[in-house]
Amino acid sequence: MIGIVDYGMGNLFSVSKALERIGVPYIISDKKEQLEKTDGLILPGVGAFRDAMKLLDETNLSDFIKEQAHAGKPILGICLGMQLLFDESEENGVFSGLGLLKGKAVKFSGESNGERYKVPHMGWNKLKFHQDSPLTADVEADHVYFVHSYYVSGEESDALIASSDYYEEVPAVVGKGNVFGMQFHPEKSGDLGMALLKNYTQYVQNTEVEV
Amino acid sequence: MLTKRIIPCLDVKEGRVVKGIQFVELRDAGDPVELARAYDQQGADELVFLDISASHEGRKTMVDVVQGVAAELAIPFTVGGGINALEDMKRILRAGADKVSLNTAAVLRPELIREGAEYFGTQCIVVAIDAKWDEEAGTWRVYTHGGRKPTERLVLDWVKEAESLGAGEILLTSMDRDGEKSGFNVELTKAVSEAVNIPVIASGGAGGSEDFTEIFTDGKADAALAASIFHYEETSVKEVKAHLRNEGVNVR
Repeated sequence: MIGIVDYGMGNLFSVSKALERIGVPYIISDKKEQLEKTDGLILPGVGAFRDAMKLLDETNLSDFIKEQAHAGKPILGICLGMQLLFDESEENGVFSGLGLLKGKAVKFSGESNGERYKVPHMGWNKLKFHQDSPLTADVEADHVYFVHSYYVSGEESDALIASSDYYEEVPAVVGKGNVFGMQFHPEKSGDLGMALLKNYTQYVQNTEVEV
Repeated sequence: MLTKRIIPCLDVKEGRVVKGIQFVELRDAGDPVELARAYDQQGADELVFLDISASHEGRKTMVDVVQGVAAELAIPFTVGGGINALEDMKRILRAGADKVSLNTAAVLRPELIREGAEYFGTQCIVVAIDAKWDEEAGTWRVYTHGGRKPTERLVLDWVKEAESLGAGEILLTSMDRDGEKSGFNVELTKAVSEAVNIPVIASGGAGGSEDFTEIFTDGKADAALAASIFHYEETSVKEVKAHLRNEGVNVR
């Protein structure tokens, strides 16, 4: 059973429908008591970092997520949800994140070698795998769908599972221990996205944690 | 590197696709979900649904269409048509659409762009512009109400204003080229793409797969949208992409 964390800022519908398509049971909840009983969490997120952290703090879900992650429960952050897993973000100021992974979210500069480029990084970009991970088992590096203006920088090299190239090396799949993130939207990334989501749910199934 | 996107556009009236009757392999070519699935299988990068319903009932049906598409498809899609207020955006985005496209309503009340962007984030807000060359002004003018009404606004000013209000993307239709099948409007698209720092979708004028190369190279478009050439199977998304790949344009 997957628990989708509903703190008011996710594209919950697409993520839940994607889980239905791959036949994985889930609940959507903002209640610790319910999320606690699940085998793995998904932290979705669309919008601004500060608003998201504020909502997570107000609902006491940030402490809960940290506790669960430290106890070994698998957690997958998607898009903004991935950025929230890191130390901090420079989106409209400097704001602390959950601090489960080292690094911070910084803005695309929009300029490279004197040439302007488009921000957000919007569309299909190719993944490049850096190391083996249960998330990328048996899938080929192909295109996935990104929409974001901030990207993670300063991550630990052993936490970088896959990246994409958009004027910068953009961490696309990150993970350390039981904490994972995807910067793109797997639920909008066709067959490859579905395969990556399935790998996560498989990992959750194979990880038995008493939390 | 980021690929160039090919986006089929579907006109939906009272919950049914009104073009696309020649899509032979489909059991029900009027079913938006089924047509969307066919385009997905051809390799479409995104889809745009334009709600051209005239009635209130038809608008309500669009929510069901959006839910159906979101449940079936694992590619992003935008919904436009009849979105005049924040409430309309909430209705459509909560039903599972990834973006909404604002046209006339944004020209009449530009603050709508900001309201949407603040509530949902800029990535959800597409500003659609119907542009027509104005000989007297020596530049392109913004038209509203489905291209029937000229406005005071000039395209190159309006795109900058839209961007500053929080538009995440521009869907740019050349009225001069729309329906002509003589190719996209390279000049217009290039001018807009250089005026803003957000992605630009070129629309209007696609006649065949060869028209797509130019709009990406010379026109500097980030995506290209077409309706009839895909619906009537004059070409397919797959064919267009094969052509682009051959010409050295990066596609998925």
